[in-house]
Amino acid sequence: MFTIDKYVVAESLDQAYELNQNRRNVIIGGMLWLKMGRKKIGTAIDLSNLNLNKIEEDDDSFKIGAMCSLRDVENHLGLNSYFNNMLSKSVEHIVGVQMRNLATVGGSIYSRFGFSDILTALLSLDSYVELHKGGIVPLCKFIDMPYDNDILVRIIINKDGRSSCYKSHRMSSSDFPVLACAVSNKGNEWYVSVGARPGKAVIKQFTLSEKPSNEEIDKVVLDINQTMTFGTNMRGNAKYRRLLADVLIKRNIEEIIGGNDAD
Amino acid sequence: MQIKLWINNKEFNDDIAPDMLLLDLIRSKGFLSVKRGCETSNCGLCTVMLDNKTVLSCSTLAVRANEKHVTTIEGLEKEALEFGGFLADEGAEQCGFCSPGFIMNVLAMKNELKNPSEEEIKKYLEGNLCRCTGYMGQLRAIKKYLSRVKEGSYENS
Repeated sequence: MFTIDKYVVAESLDQAYELNQNRRNVIIGGMLWLKMGRKKIGTAIDLSNLNLNKIEEDDDSFKIGAMCSLRDVENHLGLNSYFNNMLSKSVEHIVGVQMRNLATVGGSIYSRFGFSDILTALLSLDSYVELHKGGIVPLCKFIDMPYDNDILVRIIINKDGRSSCYKSHRMSSSDFPVLACAVSNKGNEWYVSVGARPGKAVIKQFTLSEKPSNEEIDKVVLDINQTMTFGTNMRGNAKYRRLLADVLIKRNIEEIIGGNDAD
Repeated sequence: MQIKLWINNKEFNDDIAPDMLLLDLIRSKGFLSVKRGCETSNCGLCTVMLDNKTVLSCSTLAVRANEKHVTTIEGLEKEALEFGGFLADEGAEQCGFCSPGFIMNVLAMKNELKNPSEEEIKKYLEGNLCRCTGYMGQLRAIKKYLSRVKEGSYENS
């Protein structure tokens, strides 16, 4: 369990940013993962009062405040209808409702956990993170940036008309995923994101037909298998993960082609 | 840190350490239904409502309940008794250790979902682990309880 010397509910992002420059200080999201560690935290910085618990939708995009819970994303009608329940499917087996009422989107995405379902899902969409100092950065870039002392303020998802689909494999429901996979498609462009490899999610883009043939799908699967790194941990070995990746990618593509009727 | 919160509508003012967990604060006030089961945010035994949303009190800092209302099963005695009767009738309780957290989440589900299917019930209660019953008795009890709620036998809170 961690310890906290001081707790500050930040009154502004600037104040939170200032506090966050000290190495001992930490931004507290849902604090679920932090609690599992033994960090000796100087000042715990709480962003709860900065109005970051809202999901805003306009004609071009969704903006998800960093303090929105995974449950907020799961239940948001606009997100569910635009992305065909893809984001809710990505979070629905994360432990339970009580946990998802606490876990924050900002905490999940900033931390770039290898096991993250929502990171895998968002990576397949036209997603960006808004950083307090760093500005707006594409998620596919942010994911490889070093952990620094900036503050993740919002997640932005552009409404670019992609179809998308998410699947994960778990040894038991509510456990961490053994493998997570999201596929999205716009016209001839296909985006395949694979997470819990067990490393953090990576994305690869393919140009295929709008309705790819079995041969085209096989090529994608082979390419992912040859170019992505898969590893071994207590939930499964690399070979098993490769087999799972084949199946989940195929099922996601087929579901998108079939108009998301399956499941 | 000075905080003010309400547990089951009773006001408490306290000076607490910033890293005190809500679970420990609630138990220190005598609400002993709230149990520490796994301590890894997985079992659901410590479930309470914080401003009407279920949360894991083992994974919530007490300072985050400042100016908020906490509800434990002690504050929902009537509903807990009603649903508890169904659990008993179905033989769905053995040691009973997980029941308070489980019942809290069942009551939250009753308020949030309208006519949930079996799949929806399972999904909603996935975060409540029980190591004795095998869940089937619980599921029977929930279905019977919800159909009685639907018939209007009980007030919907």
